[in-house]
Amino acid sequence: MAKVQGEVIIDLEKCKGCELCIIACPEETLAIANIINKKGYRYAIKAQDNCTGCANCALVCPDAVITVYRKVEKAPKQAV
Amino acid sequence: MSELNEIMNPIKENICLPEFLVYERPDTLTEQEFHYCPGCGHSTVHKLLMEVVSEMGIVGDTIGVAPVGCSVFAYHYLGVDMQQAAHGRACAVATGIKRVMPEKIVFTYQGDGDLAAIGTAETVHAANRGENLLVIFINNGIYGMTSGQMAPTSLEGMVTTTSPYGRDVLTQGYPLKISELLAHLPGVYYVTRQAVNTAGNVRKTKKALQRGLEYQKKNLGFCLVEVVSNCPSNLKMTPLESNEFVANQMIPFYPLGDIKVPEVK
Repeated sequence: MAKVQGEVIIDLEKCKGCELCIIACPEETLAIANIINKKGYRYAIKAQDNCTGCANCALVCPDAVITVYRKVEKAPKQAV
Repeated sequence: MSELNEIMNPIKENICLPEFLVYERPDTLTEQEFHYCPGCGHSTVHKLLMEVVSEMGIVGDTIGVAPVGCSVFAYHYLGVDMQQAAHGRACAVATGIKRVMPEKIVFTYQGDGDLAAIGTAETVHAANRGENLLVIFINNGIYGMTSGQMAPTSLEGMVTTTSPYGRDVLTQGYPLKISELLAHLPGVYYVTRQAVNTAGNVRKTKKALQRGLEYQKKNLGFCLVEVVSNCPSNLKMTPLESNEFVANQMIPFYPLGDIKVPEVK
């Protein structure tokens, strides 16, 4: 099976902590931080390293602060 | 990148490469931060619209008309040519722009206070004349900018600052379904209603906006894309609760889907 690695980069200073991305994430990768940014909002952070790069979080993010990368490594074919 | 971002976002050099990029902020959105409340549907629609404009490569040919309401500063965020209209008159201004420059793609971006209340006459007559406009109608069932008064689209029994006992249809009338109203007119080419409360609905809204702009490119007629949206601040809810309100209360009354689609020849 192909191995999928994803990565999200969140612009934390622009995040408003609406939590929509956290609900949209099927892998529960994202969580809300306990500290605040310069705007005074508790921002969203990556809590686990299991992102698949589905980009659901970036789609629902109203402030367009999320950038998503997805790398698919194809498994080498095994001899039968 | 600020200091906070550098500490909290360690960049994985093997994944964060341009060839693996799936999603980034569209370059047609300006660098200005949105003034909207956290979780507001307006900013999602701004973002989707600019993604579509960017993907279709029509940045230089698109002219938008901004309304009065929460999205009054849309021209600060949308990286296309914009014109501000008087309250409710966006369709009238857009008609003028389109008639002078018929080769341009013209859209108006209006809320329910602008389009469904003060601007009903302009909207209905622009639709009836079959003007080649794309009208993006954000329906959140409340007046956002003026702090939560009852809108024509407020649901029956909905508590707002001007209907503290809930909207009573005997004195305040029934919620206005603009999309169904306009779909009957022969000049109207395409009418659809979408929402932005879940990732799936966001994808569908993007497709609807793309379709609307494609039709405008070919000058086929009046297109209306209604987006059922939330208003966390004035519904006195968190963004997540307001999206649940959209899913449980608003979408049953304002069913999603295409209302008028052109006949395929």
